[in-house]
Amino acid sequence: MTTASTETAKPKTSRDWDLRAVAPFVALALLLVLGAIANENFISVTNLTNVITRSAFIAIIALGATYVISSGGLDLSVGSMVAFVASLMILFMNSGVISDPMLMLVTGMLVALAIGAACGLLNGLITTVGKIEPFIATLGTMGIYRGLTTWLSQGGAITLRDRELQQLYRPVYFGEVFGVPVPIIVIFVTAAIAAFVLYRTRYGRHLIAVGSNEDVARYSGISVNRVRTIAYVVQGLCVAVAVLLYVPRLGSTSATTGILWELQAITAVVVGGTALRGGVGRIWGTVCGAFILEIVGNIMLLSNFVSEYLIGAIQGAIIIIAMLVQRSLSRRS
Amino acid sequence: MRRRTFGLVTAALAASVAIGPGMGWAQEEKKVTIGVSIPAADHGWTAGVVYHAERVAKLLMEEHPGLNVIVKTSADPASQANAVQDLAVQGIDALVILPTDPDQLVSAIQQVKDDGKFVALVDRAPSVNDSSIRDLYVAGNNPALGEVAGKYIAATTPDAEVVVIRGLPIPIDQQRQDGFDKGIEGSNVKVLDRQYGNWNRDDAFRVMQDYLTKYPKIDVVWAQDDDMLVGVLEAIEQAGRSDIQYVVGGAGSKDMVKRVIDGDKLVPVDVLYPPAMIATAMQLTADGFYDQVPVSGEYILDATLVTKDNAEQFYFPDSPF
Repeated sequence: MTTASTETAKPKTSRDWDLRAVAPFVALALLLVLGAIANENFISVTNLTNVITRSAFIAIIALGATYVISSGGLDLSVGSMVAFVASLMILFMNSGVISDPMLMLVTGMLVALAIGAACGLLNGLITTVGKIEPFIATLGTMGIYRGLTTWLSQGGAITLRDRELQQLYRPVYFGEVFGVPVPIIVIFVTAAIAAFVLYRTRYGRHLIAVGSNEDVARYSGISVNRVRTIAYVVQGLCVAVAVLLYVPRLGSTSATTGILWELQAITAVVVGGTALRGGVGRIWGTVCGAFILEIVGNIMLLSNFVSEYLIGAIQGAIIIIAMLVQRSLSRRS
Repeated sequence: MRRRTFGLVTAALAASVAIGPGMGWAQEEKKVTIGVSIPAADHGWTAGVVYHAERVAKLLMEEHPGLNVIVKTSADPASQANAVQDLAVQGIDALVILPTDPDQLVSAIQQVKDDGKFVALVDRAPSVNDSSIRDLYVAGNNPALGEVAGKYIAATTPDAEVVVIRGLPIPIDQQRQDGFDKGIEGSNVKVLDRQYGNWNRDDAFRVMQDYLTKYPKIDVVWAQDDDMLVGVLEAIEQAGRSDIQYVVGGAGSKDMVKRVIDGDKLVPVDVLYPPAMIATAMQLTADGFYDQVPVSGEYILDATLVTKDNAEQFYFPDSPF
């Protein structure tokens, strides 16, 4: 209660915040050590860039999920949405309406972004205007997007047919800029934009306010529905960005594309320190969480001491341990 | 007079049109309805099943004008049980079924069988698979799929170091693995690793990338599934590794069969586990009704090795799989 101590207490509180935000990175560092012990190839640059590149899809989707979850929402449809947006993008590029490949590619990318935003908008409107619990609303659209994808592909695969276009597009996943794979750059650029909007703009503050306490936010004159709907649109855009990276990798989608990615994205968000109940958003923690998920799988595969039958169990255990490490770090301060 | 002749001629013509076909075909074309119940197209292989079921349904109906084939797809065991009941109500003479989950559908199938209908069971068998539940059983050969691949690898590269990508932890996958081990028995072929790729391209890509990190030298990859092979090939191409001599998939998807036809060095062969087996069952069922050939029993398709020489006959460019 004494005001005299506040001056000395202040830096302490800020350090406390730092420690919480740092926790996922500590867990990541521990995993890196564990990996290096498991297999000497683990720490090689090729392996680490492979793994981080692979985590790009989940990382970028999870950035959007950070927005939705901090606003107090949830989106289960993202995995199906990846498949749906990717299928439509490939079908558009296969249609051959534009003859110049470069122009076609750029238009295709814009189409994907537009479809992603539209899918997100639909999710947002169902939950806000339709006033349906986000869990149920997005469970519904999850089925819709998945079903439409299966229908579009007739259960098989949708493949980018134009060889020239494929060659032109390939570098977006496999290419490098100054030795850094393009998807890694995309992760960090997207995360930087997401962090800027969340921490430095009015919309970001409104989002956190809505997530912490909807009623207070409403009485403060914030349009809760608008803020939430925009969060879903951001999620849709992030899914579309992930699709832009996904399509050049295999050049095709199938009915099984993106299955269970929604759970991975949500796990990445939570491992990164964002609370599932809303009101806290940690962008860089989310990116770290996505890395952790992919690295755990990588270590399992590279190590020789885990039976292939046990991988799921060990993965689950490592995620829980990572969370406990975080929790104990934030409690200690 | 003229008018009467004309009238007579028209009458005769009309009569011949009306009676003629009836008289000519009545004995050979009896009315038969075959109900076909298959899983909905939820991945490449089942998509192939749907494609071939519909393709052959059309062919059979053209061949036998009295034949009616109804194809129904269902997404899960519960809805498939309903579909089977619906088919039974419509009055079918035979049921050709590829069950999503055989054990859950036993009672639905049993009911049809007890009503005295002909039952052809395809691919997936319940625990009790004998003449009490079905007349005809048509299936691919999972152990042989592994064995054929194993034998090919042992014969082509007797000292190969092989990495294996498995499917999902279910019995079919285990049968394939056991078959593979039998196939390479007695050779110097060494299995470096076995991991699950979940019959999914993206997971197979991930597993293959990690294999490439883990092992500096890999001779052969056995992925036992053509869908997973897509991810495997992409990972190899990205790594730019030249030590991998070839890869072996399985099932016979159009993309991989095409590569075999084109003489792709990395994909020299494929092992058949054809979704077209549903068509085999439909054809045999129809033959039983129209040609009076005995068809009851078990009909196990070979896991044929698809090579450049025979690939053309397994290539269906219009199939989704």
